[in-house]
Amino acid sequence: MSATAPDLKVPMPPPELERIPLVQNNRSFGWITDRVVAVTEGKAPLWWWAAFIPSATLMSILGAMLLYQISTGVGVWGNHHPTMWGWDIINFVWWIGIGHAGTLISAILFLLRQRWRTAVNRAAEAMTIFAVMCAGIFPAMHVGRVWYDWFLFPIPTANALWPQFRSPLMWDVFAVSTYFTVSVLFWYVGLVPDLAIMRDRAKTKIRQFLYGLFALGWTGSNRHWSNYEKAYLILAGLSTPLVLSVHSIVSLDFAVSQLPGWHTTIFPPYFVAGAVFSGFGMVLTLLIPLRTMCKLEDIITMRHIDVMCKVTLATGCIVSYAYVMEFVIAWYSGAAMERFHFMNRALGPMWWGWVMMMSCNMLVPQLFWFKKVRHNLIFVWILSILVNIGMWFERFVIVVVGLYREFLPSNWGYFKPTWVDIMTYLGTFGLFFTMFLLFMRFLPMIAISEVKGVTPQSDPHHPLAGGNGNGGKH
Amino acid sequence: MSAPKPYGLMAEFVNTSSVIHAAEQVRDAGFRKWDVFTPFPIHGMDKAMGLKNSKVGWFSFLGGVTGYTSGMLMIWWMNAVDYKIVVGGKPMFSPFGAFPPSYELTILLGAFGAIGGMLFLNRLPRLHHPLLKNKRFGGCTHDKFFIVIETTDPKYSESETRKLLEAAGSKHIEMVEE
Repeated sequence: MSATAPDLKVPMPPPELERIPLVQNNRSFGWITDRVVAVTEGKAPLWWWAAFIPSATLMSILGAMLLYQISTGVGVWGNHHPTMWGWDIINFVWWIGIGHAGTLISAILFLLRQRWRTAVNRAAEAMTIFAVMCAGIFPAMHVGRVWYDWFLFPIPTANALWPQFRSPLMWDVFAVSTYFTVSVLFWYVGLVPDLAIMRDRAKTKIRQFLYGLFALGWTGSNRHWSNYEKAYLILAGLSTPLVLSVHSIVSLDFAVSQLPGWHTTIFPPYFVAGAVFSGFGMVLTLLIPLRTMCKLEDIITMRHIDVMCKVTLATGCIVSYAYVMEFVIAWYSGAAMERFHFMNRALGPMWWGWVMMMSCNMLVPQLFWFKKVRHNLIFVWILSILVNIGMWFERFVIVVVGLYREFLPSNWGYFKPTWVDIMTYLGTFGLFFTMFLLFMRFLPMIAISEVKGVTPQSDPHHPLAGGNGNGGKH
Repeated sequence: MSAPKPYGLMAEFVNTSSVIHAAEQVRDAGFRKWDVFTPFPIHGMDKAMGLKNSKVGWFSFLGGVTGYTSGMLMIWWMNAVDYKIVVGGKPMFSPFGAFPPSYELTILLGAFGAIGGMLFLNRLPRLHHPLLKNKRFGGCTHDKFFIVIETTDPKYSESETRKLLEAAGSKHIEMVEE
């Protein structure tokens, strides 16, 4: 044994080119397991209860509102002629859009080899699933007779009737139900190795049994990893066109109609960008407090927050471009109704909806150009909430403002939500946060085995892993 | 009760570099019934073990083809054959209108194929495994790496195999029982 460390000969990059590590402070494999699983072990902290009780209360209010709506009828909502779609469709599009960031992080960033995604993908995918659950409530309820919802699916019945597949609403049924199913499967496949970690650490019989059951007997065998990684890659490859198609099809619900303001070809890409924009807003809203509360700052680092702010900025710019382009095309088309709709959008009685949308979605994300802003957590958190408010108003402008001044002035009306509309919407937050809080208490909210795979010591050539540090040659 | 049968020789490694080099040596020694167990997939381990490309893709492809054709056929049969309804003068069947649901079904069944194929090829779910009973093996999901050579391998011999694993750098070797 010599007194000095062995000469490793690792070519060091110049300091200005050195990458910020994905996991800070050179944490070991064991530390990553311990820290992430600690969130699910022991007594729930006080802040968890302080968040869970109001969420569960709101969720029960949602139940009461839906029961009231089912037993009385859709008349309890503010929807009426000419605004036959109101908060129900706004909330549906808003929630399903939020889900899109989860799939973007888990699938598209995986294909693009963005290794930072591993720290946030599990929580973001959970967010997707719960957001789609909240979204699904609204179309199911807005048909009025909820007990006929099964008519949406091609099930052979005594009526001998089939769904009408030429309608984009029917496409939407397939898009959203596929999206939910594939998101749940993708999430679960990602969870299997981590459930095995939970199984091996479980102290009580019931935890051992349940985590053991859902871990499917995972051993960490490399023969298994080989098939697993291929399946994961394929799922990412399938989820990428899926997520792009879902919000495109949601936008076709509008774009296939003949209404001014709805009948435009820019809708699919514009909706997808908006969905990712709002989804990253929600990811930031959730993860900024959680990383502090659960002491995960070394895994969800400032670099992660910084990158997510940049994605928000980029998608915010795409959305802003679409907002401006809609006006340009309305002017360029020369169509009187189209021009009227856009004048009415900005200057009509509901001008405030448009102002909210433009300020929150166009101006607010511009602040993310500044590094000082991206590194101020409180500021980023407030901006991420503004982004979500702005995206809600975008759907408000599309749905309500698109409907309340239609072709015949004698049909013009105004829209006011009822208390049931408001409480149902707030209730979905209860459902969302209840589900999310349960998720983070019972499942690892960071993809542990994936994060281990992006540490320097996971690379067999790295000196920390006992390698000789000279790349490909052993 | 009879005495427990030996399942295989389990060697523990502490870092990725030592386990990948050991795997290369086991592969070159010509073993067949053996495996490497790691907390996360190690890049290059498939090559070190001499594994071929996974066949999961074929299952997914079959699922996708089934999804697309069944979607197209279903929509054509339902809206153009079994119960015709004229909507806005549109054709009874058009591949364009039928495309979005068929596309979604392609993805849905493709995903089923990928996951089903992965589970089938891995013979999972499996609720019992000799290794999972071993206390020390629990470290495999934490921060340890293992190579297990089964006793049923034709090349297996208790002393020789143990020597090989020791020479490959394992500090802890034990026999795992069935």
